[in-house]
Amino acid sequence: MVEGIPSIWRKIPNRYRLEGNVCETCETAYFPPRVVCPKCRRKGKLVKKRFSGNGKIYSFTKVYTPPTGLELDAPYHLAIIELSEGPKILGQIVESDDKKVKIGAQVKMVFRKMKEDGNAGLIHYGYKFKVID
Amino acid sequence: MIGIVSYGAYIPKYRIKTEKIAEVWGEDSDRITKGLGIIEKSVPNVDEDASTLAVEAARIALKRADIDPQEIDAIFVGSESHPYAVKPTSTIVAEAIGATPHMTAADLEFACKAGTAGIQICLGLVKSGMARYGVAIGSDTSQGRPGDALEYSASAGAGAYIIGQKNLVAEINGTYSFTTDTPDFWRRPGQDYPSHGGRFTGEPAYFKHVGSAARGMMERMNTSIEDYDYFVFHQPNAKFPLRLAKKMGIPKEKVTPGLLTPYIGNTYSGAIMVALSNVLDQAKPGARILVSSFGSGAGSDAFDITVTDRIEEVRNRGTKVKEFIDNKEYLSYGKYVKHRRKLKM
Amino acid sequence: MRKVSIIGAGMTKFGERWDKGIPELIAEAGVRALVDANLSGEEIQAVYGGTMAAGRLVGQEHIGALLADAMGLNPLPSVRVEAACASGGVALRQAYLSVASGMYDIVVVGGVEKMTDVSTGDATIALAGAGDIEWEFFSGATFPALYALIARRHMTEFGTTEEQLAAVAVKNHENGSHNEFAQFQNKITIDQVLNSKPIADPLKILDCSPITDGAAAVVLASSDIAKKYTDTPIEIIGSAQASDTLALHDRESLTSLKAARVAAENAYKQAKVTPKDINLAEVHDCFTIAEVLAIEDLGFFPKGKGGIATLEGETALNSKISINTSGGLKACGHPVGATGVKQAAEITWQLRGEAGKRQVDNATIGLTHNIGGSGATAVVHIMKRAD
Repeated sequence: MVEGIPSIWRKIPNRYRLEGNVCETCETAYFPPRVVCPKCRRKGKLVKKRFSGNGKIYSFTKVYTPPTGLELDAPYHLAIIELSEGPKILGQIVESDDKKVKIGAQVKMVFRKMKEDGNAGLIHYGYKFKVID
Repeated sequence: MIGIVSYGAYIPKYRIKTEKIAEVWGEDSDRITKGLGIIEKSVPNVDEDASTLAVEAARIALKRADIDPQEIDAIFVGSESHPYAVKPTSTIVAEAIGATPHMTAADLEFACKAGTAGIQICLGLVKSGMARYGVAIGSDTSQGRPGDALEYSASAGAGAYIIGQKNLVAEINGTYSFTTDTPDFWRRPGQDYPSHGGRFTGEPAYFKHVGSAARGMMERMNTSIEDYDYFVFHQPNAKFPLRLAKKMGIPKEKVTPGLLTPYIGNTYSGAIMVALSNVLDQAKPGARILVSSFGSGAGSDAFDITVTDRIEEVRNRGTKVKEFIDNKEYLSYGKYVKHRRKLKM
Repeated sequence: MRKVSIIGAGMTKFGERWDKGIPELIAEAGVRALVDANLSGEEIQAVYGGTMAAGRLVGQEHIGALLADAMGLNPLPSVRVEAACASGGVALRQAYLSVASGMYDIVVVGGVEKMTDVSTGDATIALAGAGDIEWEFFSGATFPALYALIARRHMTEFGTTEEQLAAVAVKNHENGSHNEFAQFQNKITIDQVLNSKPIADPLKILDCSPITDGAAAVVLASSDIAKKYTDTPIEIIGSAQASDTLALHDRESLTSLKAARVAAENAYKQAKVTPKDINLAEVHDCFTIAEVLAIEDLGFFPKGKGGIATLEGETALNSKISINTSGGLKACGHPVGATGVKQAAEITWQLRGEAGKRQVDNATIGLTHNIGGSGATAVVHIMKRAD
């Protein structure tokens, strides 16, 4: 699936540098940023927040059958990461041995190419993670 | 005072040994390993390119610096493997480190010396007061034609330098460049791999320019070889910088700390930037360094650098070059072909 | 609210239907349901249809009109419902509400998906649309990967094993072997599942439901007129639906689908029954782990005990509770938009006592559990043979 250019563009702050937001009323952090705080609704006050990219693995899998476009990347680890600031996020785990990819393992964010729209289209960049030794 | 506020280098995790490449082409691997002085070279992952390497190096530089990315007024990324022919790498880096939007950015290309060209531009902008901080990055995921001599050396790496006037880890005492039009190496538009002049890349190109820039720098600073603790020369292979040092009468031990080609290959625009980072990772305060880069086509930028006391405070904040060199995983030639996307899908 | 009953059911053979497109499939299922309900067609007042991804899979939108047209039901109003893999179940619920409200007396609900016109890679991408495209698919998440993340947590928190998951597939293939409409009618063993090709660790190909073409349809009528058309109307005594976060990682827990629990609770309340009263259930086993979650979320087994209960045979035909007598999504097949409607058809046949070799003895109350995405939509229906 080719993601539209404006769609890629508007998510650059989130995907390049983990920009989300935090509700000042209930102090819950959100990634990606939410328009409405689901806990406080109208009483919520959301402000921008940049996440550190540090966290730990909450659950993981190794994907052997990738979607079209990620054939060269497969097999790859995919995990739900619990960021140190609270929210959970889905991301690939790169360059980490099977033995190290486990629930509770500490990870840090890395900047990687996510996919390419063929040879002539845009290159999508974003966050992936790596297990810290 | 003007100089290096912070620095960061990045080398991908993967390596391929010279012997694995030699084996594919039926070459004598001992002869090639000895001839080039390259044991193995770095290989990027499938999802890495010059911009991702540049971002990683810049993030390490920021980690070592006590500055707000919003104070960065200029970013220059030098590369001969920019992911796009048209569309800047520098804007990708600027967004990823949070330096946008009140700043300027541009991509540079001058074969292997585009990174040092960026340092010179940043020096000019900072000294003139046009920028508070400037970031110069050299980053490449270079490719050699399969079977060509360059396939043994063309590798991947990046180095990033934050140039400013406060809290310096190293002062830049002066810079001098030596430039001519010398067609030793080139790549035409639409070509996947570069072409080169074989032995012509040696004397009239590398040795003439790197040597002239180094000597010119010393003349201008009124210094001699004894005044420097380290010499960092561009390193397309391990032979050239050592031969140049010998010719100039520089003791080998002043060159080897900044000679990484044997372990990572030639990271092109990243080469001199990563090599200097490795020297900064170990140099004592007060150490003086002479750097001379080389870009085919051809030119050399020399820098006279003095390390400050602050180096010891900041260098442990980021991953060191040695750690990147040691953290490695070897690839077969087949996997290497996949990593370099030489496979047509 | 009026009471509503199912008076007719029909489905196509599920599988790789190379020679049939959406119009042929839905017409085949629709006509069978109409014949089953003893209707000529004039009695029907509206059409509801569930389909998930016709636009991506065959390039066709405007499925509402297409369904009415293909079944020869113009000019009736026709609505297409999309709720990912729960499209069929949600269409059934919309149809139910339209009759319960008194707006219509008789309506037909269809569900259809044509999935084999595209490559497996493209079908995978189309299905990924059931999750969060911007924050899951972007990172390389496939549907099996999301359920694998669920499975890993379940295994970690409760000690569920790959063998227990495999038992779900083995049991559903056993049931499917008695269903002439099932895509797979072969029996398999636990070893075969465990040794099958890895898809997203710990899930293997035999833990996954297949890519399927197929359609199903049921006819709903107000209960007070249902007996005019059939001796055995099947009354819908509970219908509930709930929503949750689109992205799996935004959930508090991965080991239970909150939307399914809420929908089940509300359906039980409306039906005035408890999990113990249910004789059989068609649950959403898009992956083996999904059936484990389902039988726990529905209250048939305590949290964390679904895997072991399955391995010990408690969900087999005519055991403690008969789960997925049709073969489930795993063996009967999973043409996504059709699944929720097929589940209702299977319960109808079971409660009528027409399920042949896979008949549940003394089946009185049955339940359907249909999930969209990784749990962002859940719809539960409870059905009872009218006295």
